[in-house]
Amino acid sequence: MAEPKGKEFLLEIGVEEVPAWMIPSALEGLKQLLTEGLVKLGFAPESLAPFQMYATPRRLVAFSASLPSRQPTTEELIEGPPRRIAIDASGKPAMPAIKFAEKMGIPPEKLITVATAKGEYVAFKKIRQGRPTAELLKELVPQAVLGIYWPRAMYWEGKGGPHFIRPIRWLLVLYGGKTIPCAIGSVQAGKWTWGHRQLGKAKLAVKDFASYRQTLRDHFVILEPAERRVRIQELSDSLLRAEEGLRSKQDPGLLETHTYLTEYPTPLLGSFDPSYLALPEEVLTTVMRGHQKYFAVEDAQGRLAPRFLAIMETDADRKGLIRHGHERVLRARFNDARFFWESDGRTTLADRLEWLRTVTFQAKLGSYFDKTARMQELAEQLIGAIREGGGAVSPEEAAQIVRAARLSKSDLTTDLVKEFTELQGIIGGLLARREGLPEEIATAIYDHYLPQSMEDALPRSLGGQIVSLADRMDTLAGCFGVGLAPTGSKDPLGLRRAAQGVIRILAENKLPLTLETLVAKSCEVYTVAQRLGEAPEWSEAAARTPLGEFLVDRLRYYLREVRGFAYDEVNAVLAAGRNDVADAVRRLEALAQIRPTENFEPLAAAFKRMKNILQQARESYGYAEGELHPEWFQPGPELALYERYLAVYQEAERAKQSGNILAALQAIASLRPAVDLFFDKILVMDKDARLRNNRLGLLATLLRQFSTIADFAEIVPREPTSAATG
Amino acid sequence: MAKQRQPARTLQELIFRLSQFWDERGCVIQQPYDLEVGAGTSCPETFLRALGPVPYKVAYVQPSRRPDDGRYGENPNRLYKHLQMQVILKPPPADVQDQYLDSLEAMGIRLRDHEIKFEEDNWENPTLGAWGIGWQVMLDGLEITQFTYFQQCGGLDLDPISVELTYGLERLAAFLQDADSVYAVRWNESTSYGQIRLAEELQFSVYQFEVADITMLWKQLDLYEAEAQRLLLAWRGCQDPDARRRFPLLPAYELVLKCSHLFNLLDARGAVSVTERATVIGRVRQLACGVAEAWLQQQYPSPEAAPASPA
Repeated sequence: MAEPKGKEFLLEIGVEEVPAWMIPSALEGLKQLLTEGLVKLGFAPESLAPFQMYATPRRLVAFSASLPSRQPTTEELIEGPPRRIAIDASGKPAMPAIKFAEKMGIPPEKLITVATAKGEYVAFKKIRQGRPTAELLKELVPQAVLGIYWPRAMYWEGKGGPHFIRPIRWLLVLYGGKTIPCAIGSVQAGKWTWGHRQLGKAKLAVKDFASYRQTLRDHFVILEPAERRVRIQELSDSLLRAEEGLRSKQDPGLLETHTYLTEYPTPLLGSFDPSYLALPEEVLTTVMRGHQKYFAVEDAQGRLAPRFLAIMETDADRKGLIRHGHERVLRARFNDARFFWESDGRTTLADRLEWLRTVTFQAKLGSYFDKTARMQELAEQLIGAIREGGGAVSPEEAAQIVRAARLSKSDLTTDLVKEFTELQGIIGGLLARREGLPEEIATAIYDHYLPQSMEDALPRSLGGQIVSLADRMDTLAGCFGVGLAPTGSKDPLGLRRAAQGVIRILAENKLPLTLETLVAKSCEVYTVAQRLGEAPEWSEAAARTPLGEFLVDRLRYYLREVRGFAYDEVNAVLAAGRNDVADAVRRLEALAQIRPTENFEPLAAAFKRMKNILQQARESYGYAEGELHPEWFQPGPELALYERYLAVYQEAERAKQSGNILAALQAIASLRPAVDLFFDKILVMDKDARLRNNRLGLLATLLRQFSTIADFAEIVPREPTSAATG
Repeated sequence: MAKQRQPARTLQELIFRLSQFWDERGCVIQQPYDLEVGAGTSCPETFLRALGPVPYKVAYVQPSRRPDDGRYGENPNRLYKHLQMQVILKPPPADVQDQYLDSLEAMGIRLRDHEIKFEEDNWENPTLGAWGIGWQVMLDGLEITQFTYFQQCGGLDLDPISVELTYGLERLAAFLQDADSVYAVRWNESTSYGQIRLAEELQFSVYQFEVADITMLWKQLDLYEAEAQRLLLAWRGCQDPDARRRFPLLPAYELVLKCSHLFNLLDARGAVSVTERATVIGRVRQLACGVAEAWLQQQYPSPEAAPASPA
């Protein structure tokens, strides 16, 4: 069948300003809906020129250089009665055939015979002519458009009307140069587009895609996001070149926002009074970026310059009014910040502790005053545990860390943090430095909300790490203890994220702290607080075990999803010990490394077999492990395995002791030939109970001694084809 | 496009021009509501008119009190009480954005010389069970208007939808007059904003941050809440059509507004803990939603006539 000739398709959804961050995924969604819609209608994917997608805040655009003009013709074979009853001896249609033809709406002569596995049947080959594409698009376009997923959509024509991200105001739907007559709500499709709000004209006729692009360009709309992005960058650079050494602070997220916030972006270089540079850079940058969406500018030395880049949604600032306006707004914002920075500095972090009494942390857990008292205690305990684990913390350092924990939340009472919540911690650190507190205290406070995500940086100093752990563990133990553990997908208090941070700090800063210690110490602090009459509803039973499991769960998530280890390797390593996070990571790294080697998986399978044999023996006749009698091992594979075990055990222990887990695993893997031979030649379940129990004992010993790095029985053998490693 | 005009020279001229602009587009020009509210949205002209099927267009200036924003008159941009120009268009005309932009031209802002962005900003008022979808309108980086398509009010889905335009009048006046401080804005040609309002800003800041009697405020809140509850309970027991027609639901709504303002005062005074906060907001919302539902029942007594249904 010859493919009908293709024609150009162009769809533009004219919409009131769509939130910038939603546009890329909406375009992806629209592309998929259109393509899948056409494929579902019977078009071969290769017959469709791929959709090219474009967008500005006011338009979502899909273009295909060629869609076939007709849906492909399809054939359907409908089987009727068996030929032997349908056609008589003379070859004429009998009653069943006539009835079937009638049902199909055709004369009986049109029936054909088909051979099937069950014999010959009469049948009708129904040919369905494809409908014209223009007709199909009439239905497909509104369906696809309204099928786009939006995080939060709205009505504008009432509840019977369309539901979309913002009101749709025009629809341009052209196929082969002709308007496709369809509608969304009260908007009828037409052949018009609209130019830029201020710079372009309204209702511009469009013939085809080439004229569409040109028309938009003439009316100050740059259709391609990539071109807008480049325009912002290039014009910004040329503005900055005017002054020696200036460059814009790299901010890909902000650049992306502006790309989708504008139809015709033009950068503008503004200035502010250098006296504002006396304010902390963090505050200035937050005001510029967060509140005003400006790019900060730095000088050749990388210091903040008294300049900013704003991105205008217009072609130029002819009269200088726009720049004047932006500078005026920024001045007002900076004045606010300066006012706060100065007034906040009049009260020390220590004096603010009293004010924390009126700031509720959690109704059942008291105020932030109470929380920092607990954090202080917990920080002290954690330092003790680190020392026990072999870490060195000087008395002076310890005192500073404990003090940092106590002062870490004082900035919640500052106007700056009330104004710029995202600067909590940072403001505290800056104020601590300005007060003249030791740098270690300032840094610990500054960093203690880190890490906020999986990609975020970790606290730079041990102090920051301990304060962060104390903060998170106090929140976790507290909330679990008063019945606020997360359930299902609900986690309004962000406890999963808090726990994730604990795991990352332990894993990546390699602190000698176990999960058990963290849980035990944080519960202990609550128990002590309760004796003083605080947190009366807190219950250790609700906190301790569930929190331990919760943390292991987060550890599992971290190892699998963040570090990308295979699930069975994670299971194997955690089954051998889940308490010391840094150690679990080390064991897992070694396991993943040895996994692809030839001896490993067969040995893992053998371990599983040993486990099953022992399990069966326990269940069927109550086998209990007794003393091993080496003298009863019979010469041959049995004794050989025992001797091999002794050698490997020593080698593995030596390797572990020197911290070389991989070497230990390699030693264990070298057991494989001896194990294989043993299973090949020896019947474990001997009739002689003495021999049998001794053999079982050997297996039990092997399992026990060699499962301290990972429980190999958890390893699921891979298909030979999927040799990828985790 | 409105004919090109010089920038409005004073705050009151700005108000005149906006009022005239929306008068020409068929709006009722209302007067400010005579009760403390946090925003023009709380006024019955918005909250209650947005409910039900009847089209409505209204514009009014509403002094809005946000106790927490008080700065003793020391901050040039932040006010305990500011003026909003509130416009409700129910249902929204298809060219509502263009009409809005024309209103800026009517103030004397020549848009060709400036840059305008509509940036996502959804609006929500949890104490009123109201939310909408829209933008903050940015003029040369300055937020000048909240532009919202209401979706729910008093917990009820709206049908038709109303558009709410909330112009920040002090900001616009300062922009038009190129004043760096709101207190330097010309109210009229001879009197500044500061001359009229500075003492009020100072004294109300002192009162609400330092002096207001917390026990008294809580007591008042409890009293107004109890009275509103009493009325709502009585409404539910009231079956006679005539008694329902004359039932005082509008006063019940005023009691809700009183509660809402008292809560804001307590909050500014630092007397509300985080959990109390959620509880009190929940209580006020329940009252607001109760009144909204009752109001629809009262205005559209047969169930078929009231298209909005509880969400």
